[in-house]
Amino acid sequence: MLQRRQSFWRTVIWQRLRHNRMALAGAGIVLGMFLLAALASLSGSDPSAIDVSQSLQPPGLKHPLGTDDLGRDVLLRLLYGARISLLVGFVAVGISCLIGIAFGALSGFYGGWVDTLIMRFVDIMLCFPTFFLILAVIAFLNPSIWNIMIVIGMTSWMGVARLVRAEFLSLRERDFVLAARALGASDLCLIFRHILPNALSPVLVSATLGVAGAILTESALSFLGIGVQPPTPSWGNMLIVGKQTLGSAWWLSVFPGLAILITVLGYNLLGEGIRDALDPRLKD
Amino acid sequence: MLQYLIKRLLMMIPLLLGITLITFVVIHLAPGEPTDLQTQMNPEASSELQERLRVYYGLDQPLPVQYVRWLGRLIRFDFGESFALDHRPVLDKITERLPVTVLLNLLSILVILAVAVPLGVLSAVRRNSLFDRATTVLVFVGFAMPSFWLALLMMDWFGVRLGLLPISGIKSLGYAYLSFGGQMLDRVQHLILPVFISAIGGLAGFSRYMRSNMLEVIRQDYILTARAKGLSERVVIYRHALRNALLPVITILGLSVPGLIGGSVIFETIFAIPGMGKLFYDGVMMRDYPLIMGILVMGAILTLVGNLLADISYALADPRIRHSQGDGQ
Repeated sequence: MLQRRQSFWRTVIWQRLRHNRMALAGAGIVLGMFLLAALASLSGSDPSAIDVSQSLQPPGLKHPLGTDDLGRDVLLRLLYGARISLLVGFVAVGISCLIGIAFGALSGFYGGWVDTLIMRFVDIMLCFPTFFLILAVIAFLNPSIWNIMIVIGMTSWMGVARLVRAEFLSLRERDFVLAARALGASDLCLIFRHILPNALSPVLVSATLGVAGAILTESALSFLGIGVQPPTPSWGNMLIVGKQTLGSAWWLSVFPGLAILITVLGYNLLGEGIRDALDPRLKD
Repeated sequence: MLQYLIKRLLMMIPLLLGITLITFVVIHLAPGEPTDLQTQMNPEASSELQERLRVYYGLDQPLPVQYVRWLGRLIRFDFGESFALDHRPVLDKITERLPVTVLLNLLSILVILAVAVPLGVLSAVRRNSLFDRATTVLVFVGFAMPSFWLALLMMDWFGVRLGLLPISGIKSLGYAYLSFGGQMLDRVQHLILPVFISAIGGLAGFSRYMRSNMLEVIRQDYILTARAKGLSERVVIYRHALRNALLPVITILGLSVPGLIGGSVIFETIFAIPGMGKLFYDGVMMRDYPLIMGILVMGAILTLVGNLLADISYALADPRIRHSQGDGQ
């Protein structure tokens, strides 16, 4: 079973991804960002060290992307910001996938009133403008990076729950599940060993796109001053200084935004690529 | 149709109840008390005063009692009084800000439709052409674009460097002294950037959606039939295919309402537009409990209304639903 699955991923998916130039570009960006984030840790310099004599230097030899109002190197802060973005993206999506899979599996496997209850809950959650909900919760917690990851995760699981439920609904009637059930497999065993592994591929797509969404949300929150707090560098809060120096220091507003744009683009391209590879029929 | 409408309206009641319950739980599970801030602001405040405030706002009651009381007032459209210094009713504060937000969102939906539909149809019809490829790239970039960053760049470029457009508020200082035409122009100038910015994300998503819809429809048998009848390509595409491809757009439009409203926090704050999003942001900063709860409920109700309108328009537009009223739907 395990071997078959591996060969499915390696041969089919990889073969299809390899021929999709957009998906490869996305994968390249994603990998590149990981390397850059690692580079930040290796550099050993402090991204928050203040040197007022170097304040607001335009991009040049000493500071390739210039310095901010407190004389901190923009490139170094961007690299550290990459770590924050990746951390927020992956942890938030991890939380939302865990919640979504749990609810979706329960809903699809048991059906009946469990299903009705959970799906109505999903409907209600979907009524709230997500950004309102996030802001309301953040307002009462201290805006820290951990709170942000938890809140983003807890407000973005509904799509995953619906996907997993749909997969469970169709899979639970399939012969291999009926066979396992006839052999006396317990509910837990049916859910985790037999159905869930087959229901995960759409979650993979949604998770990849979710990382992009979480990075965008985090940067917007940080830009509004209720996300990652300075002096910890995040792409969003770097843009606060960019806004203050609008018209005088273009490098402070251009580079952090570009970093967000490119990273989000990378995850979106990769996600779409995986979707096409999993189900070539969807590809037009 | 009437039956469908009544049924659809009745279905909203449990949703509304759930919305109020979640709003209540979210606000009250959070640590910290609304009275904390009011007393922190005033160093003279004793713990006795804090206690009096708690009783005044009913915060000393058990949570279920607080919820039922709040719900009872909500039904009478009493959203409570704001904690802000002016102590005005929350409903008044919301209703005076709501029109701006609704107007902005309607305008950006119009922009989205006006641009995304032709873009999607053209890319589908000329699939894999240079135009299609260029649009696809643009769509992906638009999708990944952080709207607040784009707003920043646009403010810098059009507002500061070129001085063409105002970068904050919805009217100029001397608005009252302008002629009628001048006032109109002033309004339009103030709206251009915010509407454009809030439309960008939706624009990308919609044109992609429109394209794949169109491709799906063109593959159908009835399009083959239309072509086989010898109809011109124009008639086939714009009469037969487009109509069918437009139908699902109505639903997606309804689904995009919460995203648009949520996004209004971001661009209303950036452009200093006195709408509901800015009000919410200020309320969050002040920990104004009644205001935050009021706007959360209002935002969710707007979403429900958006979905309802979408469902009704769908039923009106699709003869299969329009004529199947008696079939126990």
